[in-house]
Amino acid sequence: MGMTMTQKILASKAGMDEVHAGQFIEANIDLALGNDITTPVAINEFNRSGRAKVFDKNKVAIVPDHFTPNKDIKAAEQCKFIREFALGQDLTNYFEVGQMGIEHCLIPEKGLAAPGDAIIGADSHTCTYGALGAFSTGVGSTDFGATMARGKCWFKVPSAISFVLKGKMSKNVSGKDLILHIIGMIGVDGALYKSMEFSGPGVANLTIDDRFTIANMAIEAGAKNGIFPVDDIAMEYVNDHVTKEYTVFEADSDAEYDQVIEIDLAELRPTVAFPHLPENTKTIDEVGDIDIDQVVIGSCTNGRITDFRIAADIMRGKQVKKGVRVILFPGTQKIYLQALDEGLITDFVKAGAVFSTPTCGPCLGGHMGILAAGERAVSTTNRNFVGRMGHVESEVYLASPAVAAASALTGKITDPDKL
Amino acid sequence: MSKVYKYGNNVDTDVIIPARYLNTVDPKELAEHCMEDIDTNFAKTVQTGDVIVAENNFGCGSSREHAPIAIKASGISCVVANTFARIFFRNCINIGLPILECPQAVANTDSGDVLDIDFSSGVIKNVTKNKQFKAEPFPEFMRKIIDANGLIGYICEEA
Ligand code: SF4
Repeated sequence: MGMTMTQKILASKAGMDEVHAGQFIEANIDLALGNDITTPVAINEFNRSGRAKVFDKNKVAIVPDHFTPNKDIKAAEQCKFIREFALGQDLTNYFEVGQMGIEHCLIPEKGLAAPGDAIIGADSHTCTYGALGAFSTGVGSTDFGATMARGKCWFKVPSAISFVLKGKMSKNVSGKDLILHIIGMIGVDGALYKSMEFSGPGVANLTIDDRFTIANMAIEAGAKNGIFPVDDIAMEYVNDHVTKEYTVFEADSDAEYDQVIEIDLAELRPTVAFPHLPENTKTIDEVGDIDIDQVVIGSCTNGRITDFRIAADIMRGKQVKKGVRVILFPGTQKIYLQALDEGLITDFVKAGAVFSTPTCGPCLGGHMGILAAGERAVSTTNRNFVGRMGHVESEVYLASPAVAAASALTGKITDPDKL
Repeated sequence: MSKVYKYGNNVDTDVIIPARYLNTVDPKELAEHCMEDIDTNFAKTVQTGDVIVAENNFGCGSSREHAPIAIKASGISCVVANTFARIFFRNCINIGLPILECPQAVANTDSGDVLDIDFSSGVIKNVTKNKQFKAEPFPEFMRKIIDANGLIGYICEEA
């Protein structure tokens, strides 16, 4: 019986010829990752394991991004704790404020995620690197601690849902709309414990940034990972960033899938997820009249350069609607610089928006844009749970950068085609 | 004997422990805010040994281990649900918080019921309603981790 792309990577990392769905395996890990929230717990667990040194100082990455630059004294203490650990362990991949970024934008940019890698991260959106044909998945702090100790992690081999894409998205439709559409279709537990494998001729019409966005939100459908084939577009990114050795895997032609879902990209419309679940989706045509108080563009989902280009093209030379707060936050320092060099930051600031340093900030209701009771935000982030961006009576509407930017100008959730 | 706190579908880690409290890793402090965004009564009334019962996809959302840590530190002895989100599921195994998947028990249990759970056999008795259910036992690999009191115990035994 054939294996899925994910199963082939896992078999290889477990040193086995074949694995099947449901089997428990231990796989060698190419990169283990943590942030300022999850790493303190992981360090305590690592210390309990009795090991003095991490398994490989080049294969552990720590990125303080959630509450950084430190938002309060407690956050500062947590960051100090992980900084001392990282320096004490002489970790190659510790990224301080100034070199850092949001982990899932930064890791690929630093060439730390490559095709065929097995990557775990103590952060649920670690599934992002599936865009490059890696098996990458979110785990907890204890998993991160134990993996730092021994370089291996346990997995139950997942089955998969196959998404076969065809056609091309129309203007103002992007990867965010595709993944929101999928989550709306299958639900927030529609891919529970499974892989989401993307294939078909439509993949060639997705930019690498679209793919990062799509793989990033696989977890919002409950999936273990999302993964794309390694085509020319992926290889272009890999050649520009990756220097380590890697292996490209492909799904077997007779791989078994639990379900095959075909999607015509040409039929997609801008899509918005209403509070309080990413599955509560409506197309922009069904949204109706929704006034907003804040617009957030950024995060590990949509904080890449293409996202800011799309937003700037809509906002350039215009003004943010009076009474609306618009906050943009890029994924990394490099993206920040690119936006600066291309004049995008000037466009945003002139339009009346705020452009922040890289941080998770508002995405998880951490800092830099918390909502008060009764307030509404349109956000390009990935979660709209109760209280996610602030007060429990606030609301988050998830959308693409194009919809968010258009909404910034009108103060209502707006179809960018109708500006 | 355990009193039940029952919740619905898709209880996410942001409501189990909101991000605004994630600047600490102290289990006691986390427990004080456990569930507060969906149930302000929980932290005030929960007793050691009580049980959480929930429907589908319990623990979805972020990977924060603070969520099962907060639940465990609040005294909850077991979480019974139809299904768990996968990262939450592995976090529970890894920190030794007992969880069981048993849709029949969930369907036949209400808030305030008293349950008697034998984790090793998976037998769940609803004492209030005088009914009995059986959850699927864990596969051997997971049992080993649980028996070692979590993943770190398991890898210490190996070393
Ligand atoms: S940007 Fe948001 S979703 Fe992404 S890692 Fe940060 S907090 Fe998590």
